[in-house]
Amino acid sequence: MSKPGTPMTPHDYLRAQTRWHPLEYVFWLATLLPFVLFPNYLSLASQIAITALFALSLDLILGYAGIVSLGHAAFFGIGAYTAGIISKYGISDPILGLFIAALLTGIVGFATSFIISRFKHLALIMITLGLGFLVHELANSAHWLTGGADGLQGIRIGDLLGYFEFDLWGRTAYTYSLAVLFLMFLLVRRLTNSPFGLALRGIRENSVRMPAIGAPSAAHIRKVYTMSAAIAGIAGALLAQTTSTVSLGVLDFQRSADVLVMLVLGGAGMMYGGLIGAIIFMVARDQFSGINPQYWYFWIGLLLVTVVMVLPNGILGGLSHLYRMIRGRRS
Amino acid sequence: MIGVLFDGFAYGMLLFLLSVGLSVTLGMMNFVNLAHCAFAMLGGYLTVTLVNRFGWPFLATLPMAFLAAALVSVVFERLLYRKLYRATDLDQVLLTIGLAFMSIATAAYIFGTVHQSAPTPSFLRGSIEYFGINFGVYRLFLVAVGLAVTLVLVLTLEYTRFGQQVRAAVDNQRMARGLGINVDATFAATFALGSGLAGLGGALAIEIVGLDPSFALTYLVYVLIVVSVGGLGSILGSFIAAVLIGVSDIAGKYYVPEVGAFLIYLVMILLLMWRPAGLFGKR
Repeated sequence: MSKPGTPMTPHDYLRAQTRWHPLEYVFWLATLLPFVLFPNYLSLASQIAITALFALSLDLILGYAGIVSLGHAAFFGIGAYTAGIISKYGISDPILGLFIAALLTGIVGFATSFIISRFKHLALIMITLGLGFLVHELANSAHWLTGGADGLQGIRIGDLLGYFEFDLWGRTAYTYSLAVLFLMFLLVRRLTNSPFGLALRGIRENSVRMPAIGAPSAAHIRKVYTMSAAIAGIAGALLAQTTSTVSLGVLDFQRSADVLVMLVLGGAGMMYGGLIGAIIFMVARDQFSGINPQYWYFWIGLLLVTVVMVLPNGILGGLSHLYRMIRGRRS
Repeated sequence: MIGVLFDGFAYGMLLFLLSVGLSVTLGMMNFVNLAHCAFAMLGGYLTVTLVNRFGWPFLATLPMAFLAAALVSVVFERLLYRKLYRATDLDQVLLTIGLAFMSIATAAYIFGTVHQSAPTPSFLRGSIEYFGINFGVYRLFLVAVGLAVTLVLVLTLEYTRFGQQVRAAVDNQRMARGLGINVDATFAATFALGSGLAGLGGALAIEIVGLDPSFALTYLVYVLIVVSVGGLGSILGSFIAAVLIGVSDIAGKYYVPEVGAFLIYLVMILLLMWRPAGLFGKR
């Protein structure tokens, strides 16, 4: 850290960011609690970890680069279908499946990133929405490959590392999902705390000015979009492997909207925002699941309106604001 | 062939009625209003209630659908939307999609999730035959209403004092205020006009596409496509885009049903890649 009074250099700033906060240790240790406290809810816990990974991937493009995507489920779905389809043809090793899914969604992400980096504002929202619907329609009509509206049949997933079977209680599933989430989180943390991550934030704040100081906005957007697509694909593949099912639901617009809600609810651009948002959203939905899903969306809607009007930076943003206020008063 | 074209054109007119209001609010006020179709749904449910419960004639409910949607939208504009005129796209998207979710849940709570319909008067039913082609009377009626609305809107925005005030307020708010234009009231009135047209569109849509709580999201996609392909704030652009989308959707479903809705998303993406601001967009 630089001395008070002297301005912070970007390197000082980045070094300060990379240090782990004690609360972060607490958070990750707490993710182990379901093993002890809620052994009956391990399936839900692994779904939460997968959704959190999906939210993390959206955070990378929305929270850091400022790209509003209404069709991110396209990559989640492509990853899920990839993992499911290759398992039908004998590639049943889960980890190999993850790599193939990441590779394929990365390629699709890279191909579409050339479109994405050209657009802004409403056109960008429409393009991402259109791509999402396009992939949904493709999966719907390619009945021979995806099973169409009936879902993908005959998925067979091998044992994890050739030893751990995916059991009925979800012990393996949760360990696996959590481990992948944590590794991906480390990767994203490393990425956002690098000069590249700083350049992304610059693009978010002012995409016109960045090229003027020598940062190629479009190339950066293509890179981060590709990475985000690959991570979303991994999340989708995890869901396919841990539940042994893939249906058209993985590509629904609703899924894109839900993950956006989670991220914004938790707080975009803060890495933990998506994770916290996913936990709150999924637990709440599980608790309300007896009620008609149409009514459940009333509360989601109300929550969104409240967050936008009252908590512009989500729950985490609000909490850190509160924290700073209390600390500022004491000193 | 001509029959399919006509059906597509009539469907396009319906899409135009549903979306022209959004073109006005989104294009002129730069507000991404994803709750637009919720106002259309409000108009639809009002018509269903008035016809079925209170026995109103169908045509008499149409102005009511317009008024109700306009009034309710002004309340929301004053309470919520107004505060976000200068916010980011994302905040506008989130607020309005939240409102759309709430409207869907509310409609499901009050009316149930079943499909609703409102019987149209006998003189709007059946079809007329010309040169061996059947023209549905209700579809002809839709075309007439669509053309009338286009004419009235263009005349209002181009030639009246109100239209001039709207354009002035959009181009330069501070200057408009300096000239003594009440910008807040102008924006509220513009918003009410746009939502009212959505309400009218929703009421007219019942006969063609039916009405259920998911209307607010299902048709939102079509409406957004029409507005973004047509170009923001361009009524002529919305008109042409609506016809284009309507015809290609109906023709696609008729000739290549296995392709499904695929076609219009592809058309949209290609058109936007060619012209990012839409066919008639200025920005």
